[in-house]
Amino acid sequence: MAEMTYLEAINLGISEEMARDEKVVIFGEDVGGDKGGVFGVTKGLAAKYGDNRCFNTPLTEGLIGGLAVGLGVMGYRAIGEFQFADYILPATNQILSEARTMRYRTKGDWTAPIVYRTPYGGGVRGGLYHSQSTEKIFAGQPGLRVVTPSNPYDAKGMIKAAIRSDDPVIFYEHKRLYRLLKAEVPTDDYIVPIDKANVVREGSDITVISYGMMLQYAISAAEKLAKEGIDAEVVDVRSLYPLDRETLVNAAKKTGKILLVTEDNKEGSIMSEIAAMISEDALFDLDAPIKRLAGPDAPSMGYSLTLEREFLVNEDQVIEAMIELAEY
Amino acid sequence: MKTLKKSGLSKEEMIQAYYEVKRGRRLDERLWQLTRIGKTSFNISGQGAEVAQVAMAMAFEHDKDIFLPYYRDMTACLVWGMTSKDIILGSFGKDADPSSHGRQMPNHYGSKEHNIVSFASTVSTQMPLATGVAYAAQLEGKDYIALTTTGEGSANQGEVQEAMNFAGVKKLPVIFVVENNNYAISVPIEEQYANENMSDRAHGYGFEGITVDGNDFTEVYLTFKKAVKDARSGKGPKLIELKVYRLTSHSADDDQTIYRSKEDIEKMKESDPIDVFEKQLIDEGYLTQADMDKMDEEIRAEIDKATDEAEAMPDSAPESLLDEVYAK
Repeated sequence: MAEMTYLEAINLGISEEMARDEKVVIFGEDVGGDKGGVFGVTKGLAAKYGDNRCFNTPLTEGLIGGLAVGLGVMGYRAIGEFQFADYILPATNQILSEARTMRYRTKGDWTAPIVYRTPYGGGVRGGLYHSQSTEKIFAGQPGLRVVTPSNPYDAKGMIKAAIRSDDPVIFYEHKRLYRLLKAEVPTDDYIVPIDKANVVREGSDITVISYGMMLQYAISAAEKLAKEGIDAEVVDVRSLYPLDRETLVNAAKKTGKILLVTEDNKEGSIMSEIAAMISEDALFDLDAPIKRLAGPDAPSMGYSLTLEREFLVNEDQVIEAMIELAEY
Repeated sequence: MKTLKKSGLSKEEMIQAYYEVKRGRRLDERLWQLTRIGKTSFNISGQGAEVAQVAMAMAFEHDKDIFLPYYRDMTACLVWGMTSKDIILGSFGKDADPSSHGRQMPNHYGSKEHNIVSFASTVSTQMPLATGVAYAAQLEGKDYIALTTTGEGSANQGEVQEAMNFAGVKKLPVIFVVENNNYAISVPIEEQYANENMSDRAHGYGFEGITVDGNDFTEVYLTFKKAVKDARSGKGPKLIELKVYRLTSHSADDDQTIYRSKEDIEKMKESDPIDVFEKQLIDEGYLTQADMDKMDEEIRAEIDKATDEAEAMPDSAPESLLDEVYAK
């Protein structure tokens, strides 16, 4: 075990997989050389595994998307990094038209095991184009997996599982968590499944479902409210698509009171789908309407600190919503 | 036009080339026929490009080079190893169809067995994939080459620029081909691009671009032979533009008489490249008219048999709709 950040945990996970399997290669803008990516997630990998296995691409997201598929069909496990989740859009055609369907459209003759990594989320004064939650674009796209870890332990275990997965995976990394979270992480080989939600706190009064930065608020809020007699179950979605329906619905049934918290816009987010699932499977177990706490339906947060704060859900709002729900 | 002798191919190889050209034409005629009588629902044709496609494909080693074709490249796929029956299975959308097992529309050729990578309908997305295939060859230190083709209309897609740019930077063993038939469905070249030749674009990416008359078998063959030699010896990519005819409408759903003059179509049909090739073969003593007639009969019999066999194959089981969405 060693104490490390979320960012260091992802770096270690990738490094272990590159050491284990020479077919693992990683690339993207600024990814190679000594820089190791705009946030430094790939730092040291080029030195360890060579400039051929960890390399820079030109500023071409479509190419990053398709290069990974071409390597995938040749038996490689390619990891393509996009600098920001907002910048994936030029590669969307490659991800949805090529990577997602390669297995399906050949009934398994050709496959493309790929991890597309990208930082997402706000709270770093990134303005509209460096703060967005684009995961909803790739949710509801059968053939693709969309995942995000919420702590360093999961970060390492899930990146390893994503690399070993035979499906194309979009691996969202919350950029505020990169250096914010530190925790003990095993330095030996382990995997965290990329198709399972995680009950991070057992509780009996209300259920809070979230992921990423917002989940950290939910955990912290739950601990505070426990002292006031509100016992909250907290669930980390982790697998944003396909969703782990069973775990999510069971957690909802358990307390009958559900709060869904996302940093994304309220309408059309991952949480909208979770709400629909709970309604379908657990309507008569509910003791209150499903409650959503989310960003407003503006394109994203502004650069100005006032606009960024206005957009983002904060811990106080989570606490307030949990109390309201508990008292319903 | 260069003599066939100058190609350096043996008599047997030249006769094989003619067989492939003629088989491509007859098979395509069969696909149209099946569409017209309502047994299949779609066809998109390479008629007019058969000579160029055979000359191109014969320059490669089909058991090791990887082909990433587009929808007009049926004849090139035959040279790469696919059978008439394989193609007709795809047209019927049967489960045994090696291209997609009935999941893609006809003309989306692919075969794992024959090193032909499946492609999407979103045109030219195969070009970045080809760079991935070529990068894999470079990583492994192997001397296989990626060949990828597209039309002059789809060559204007942004992903083509991204792919060629990266291939130039990394000196990848990939050959990009634009089959320029003057029309993107109904849009003539004057409305598609402003430079004189499509191949001029290669210079901007730091490699050679060549425009070749697709009716000139020997010129096409020798151009590819040299490109293959260069790519295999680490000299990097090439862009080859083949000037070809499109004798048919864009697809079974299009009618080119709406946007092309009768005279233009008549004139083009009068200089059918297969007629030109046949005249060369007779003049240079490779085949007599009687030999050709005999071969034509054999080809027709082969296609009849393939049609009957393919039609008798089972359709996909409805429940297989859910197969291979994800890896098991």
